[in-house]
Amino acid sequence: MQILAALIAGAALLVGLAVWHRKRPAGLRRLRAWTSLNRAVDDAAGSGERLHLALGAGNLLHPEGAAGLTGLAVLRRLAARTARSRNATVATSGDAALHLLAVDSLRAGYGDAGVQEVFQPGTGRLAGIGAFPYAAGALPMLMDENVSIAVLAGRFGPEAALLSEAAERSDALVVGATDDLTGQAVTFASASESAIGEELFAAGAYLGQGPWHTASLTLQDTLRWLVVLFLLAGAAARLLGWAWLG
Amino acid sequence: MVRVALALVAGGAGLVVLLGYFLPELRAAQALLLRWGMILASAAVLVGILNLASVHLGKLRHREKNAPYSAVLIASLAATFVLGLLLKPGHPVLAAIINAIVVPAEGTFMALLSISLLSAGVRLLQRRLDLMSILFVASAIAVLLSSARVPSIETPIVDSAAVSWLTDVFSLSGARGILLGVSLGAIATGLRVLLGADRPYGDG
Repeated sequence: MQILAALIAGAALLVGLAVWHRKRPAGLRRLRAWTSLNRAVDDAAGSGERLHLALGAGNLLHPEGAAGLTGLAVLRRLAARTARSRNATVATSGDAALHLLAVDSLRAGYGDAGVQEVFQPGTGRLAGIGAFPYAAGALPMLMDENVSIAVLAGRFGPEAALLSEAAERSDALVVGATDDLTGQAVTFASASESAIGEELFAAGAYLGQGPWHTASLTLQDTLRWLVVLFLLAGAAARLLGWAWLG
Repeated sequence: MVRVALALVAGGAGLVVLLGYFLPELRAAQALLLRWGMILASAAVLVGILNLASVHLGKLRHREKNAPYSAVLIASLAATFVLGLLLKPGHPVLAAIINAIVVPAEGTFMALLSISLLSAGVRLLQRRLDLMSILFVASAIAVLLSSARVPSIETPIVDSAAVSWLTDVFSLSGARGILLGVSLGAIATGLRVLLGADRPYGDG
């Protein structure tokens, strides 16, 4: 019940912060991965280069679903920003439900840009089902389709290294963002830019998805500081022998 | 109107599933919704496979680069699908296909991956020479040395308490910190979707 109460408090705080940020847009600290992506997307949209968004093989019915949902929010925003580009943005996924939502997010992105009639359903693709079959299916798309930006946003494990390498061979900027620890280590080593820890979930705020995403980021930061303070208080109490707190 | 209905269905279903973990009265409804979710996800697999087939048929039709690979994919897909319909999933022929083709292919990918990771590690310092990259490479070397020792040879630095402290305390606490941050991000994303503020479907 305490968890339920905490979730309700979190939801109330999120609504309050969204209303606050609607009136007063928040300034965001610099995150290299998203800043570079913003700059590259602006350039790509102007020069008609192709963007490939890899959503990974995360199952929406499992805990990694949140990473997939964040990837979809990123996809919608990037599709809207590149909708008028000569080469359509391509989204690949390794889970069937995620694929259906990816096609819908792409369509919604074109709708946001006011050019829904140029949307091609074939740009949302199921590359394979599962992590390695997905990587096997997405590799040729990254190598053969003149991709200039490859964004890995979702659940990726070690297979991210294969995707990053394939994209880098095509001289593409690779931005890796995943919620998986192994995947984060791999993208740190292999991608041009990587988002570490909870930075994946900050993508919406940095790519201009609106006040809800900024509010969500503020909520994340607030909760993180609370957890830090709680851990430090617990450690101090243990040191001082206050067993009731530590 | 459709947008509101979609948001209500998604938010309502999510709320019932979430509350089902706390209120025993909602457990049956939670289980029912999860079952429906699984059935829908299975149906989505069929739609996804049709998409996969149509993309590769398109490549064949337009004689794109690497079209022969697409032909192999379509032929394999059709053969496995027909065999799966005619035989049962546990049939020895289907098991043999999995064991003789799919498992070795995944093994090959793992082998390729080790080379990719090695090359990425070497190129990291060329691409981004900063404190974080140096720490990353140093930690990776320390973990590798401490986990792959040379038999019957004493390695003073590797066997020291400092290396095990680095891997057991420093790395583990860092990993836990990252996981805490990821969990908080996932909670915030879940709340946003539950409240209907983030809709990865429709025109919302």
